[in-house]
Amino acid sequence: MDSEVGKKSVKKSSKRHAVVDKNFCAACGACTYVCPRGAIKVWRGSFSVVDENLCIGCGKCAKECPASAIKIEVRQ
Amino acid sequence: MKRHWYEYLWIWSIVYFGMGFFNILFAWLGLISFFLPLIFAIGFGNKNFCNRYCDRGQFFRMLGSQHGFSRGRDMPNWLKSKTFRYSFLIFFLGMFCSVIYNTYIVFAGVKNLNEIVTLFWTIDIPWNWAYTVHVESWIAQFAFGFYSLMLTSMILGILTMLLFKPRSWCVYCPMGTMTQMICKLKSNEKI
Ligand code: SF4
Ligand code: SF4
Ligand code: SF4
Repeated sequence: MDSEVGKKSVKKSSKRHAVVDKNFCAACGACTYVCPRGAIKVWRGSFSVVDENLCIGCGKCAKECPASAIKIEVRQ
Repeated sequence: MKRHWYEYLWIWSIVYFGMGFFNILFAWLGLISFFLPLIFAIGFGNKNFCNRYCDRGQFFRMLGSQHGFSRGRDMPNWLKSKTFRYSFLIFFLGMFCSVIYNTYIVFAGVKNLNEIVTLFWTIDIPWNWAYTVHVESWIAQFAFGFYSLMLTSMILGILTMLLFKPRSWCVYCPMGTMTQMICKLKSNEKI
């Protein structure tokens, strides 16, 4: 029973996701090279944005980001 | 994952600094890394130069991220703050203007050509051995001055790559900061 509920929520979306702090993002693009889902992109040379539907909250981008502008948070 | 051709552009960093050891006049080619990002930002409103085609960004990524030459620690808050980034941009532009000024006074004949490379704006290193093909003095003066800026910033970048995240330099790189400002202004975002 429990596992079935778990499966459903995973299918819908991951528990965690990446959140970018625009104030610190330098729009360098370092994060885009490590995302296994291609979920993070630099928007108009200003800051990076995460595609909520693709992000699995793995944290690779956060680890790579030189400005430490990405936090992995529990989805609201 | 498939590698793109531009992920090998770090080779240009090595070729560029290497050439400066043999003939300082090659330093002029560094202007490419000055104008290309501005063309991307002003003309197209993006940072594709930083995101893809910058040899230096790829160099730090190759050494720091792919070969482990980085402690991977967080940068100190002051170093990644907007205050520092904007101040460093202004400082760097000032230093660039001083390179232009020195070029001009040599051109005007007020001063003679100074065959040195200055690191961190204080340490003078004799570099006359890389000036063998003689051209007009001001052309050589600009090369020495510009190479000094390029080498100083490269060393700073390598130090912060080793100490913090691989591409730490990209957070306070004057070109990166300036092009991000231009892009944000174009997109009506707060700078
Ligand atoms: S947390 Fe993982 S999946 Fe999400 S954007 Fe970052 S690297 Fe991509
Ligand atoms: S790595 Fe960090 S600073 Fe660079 S674009 Fe991504 S979120 Fe922004
Ligand atoms: S921030 Fe500077 S060093 Fe980094 S990719 Fe952009 S231009 Fe190159």
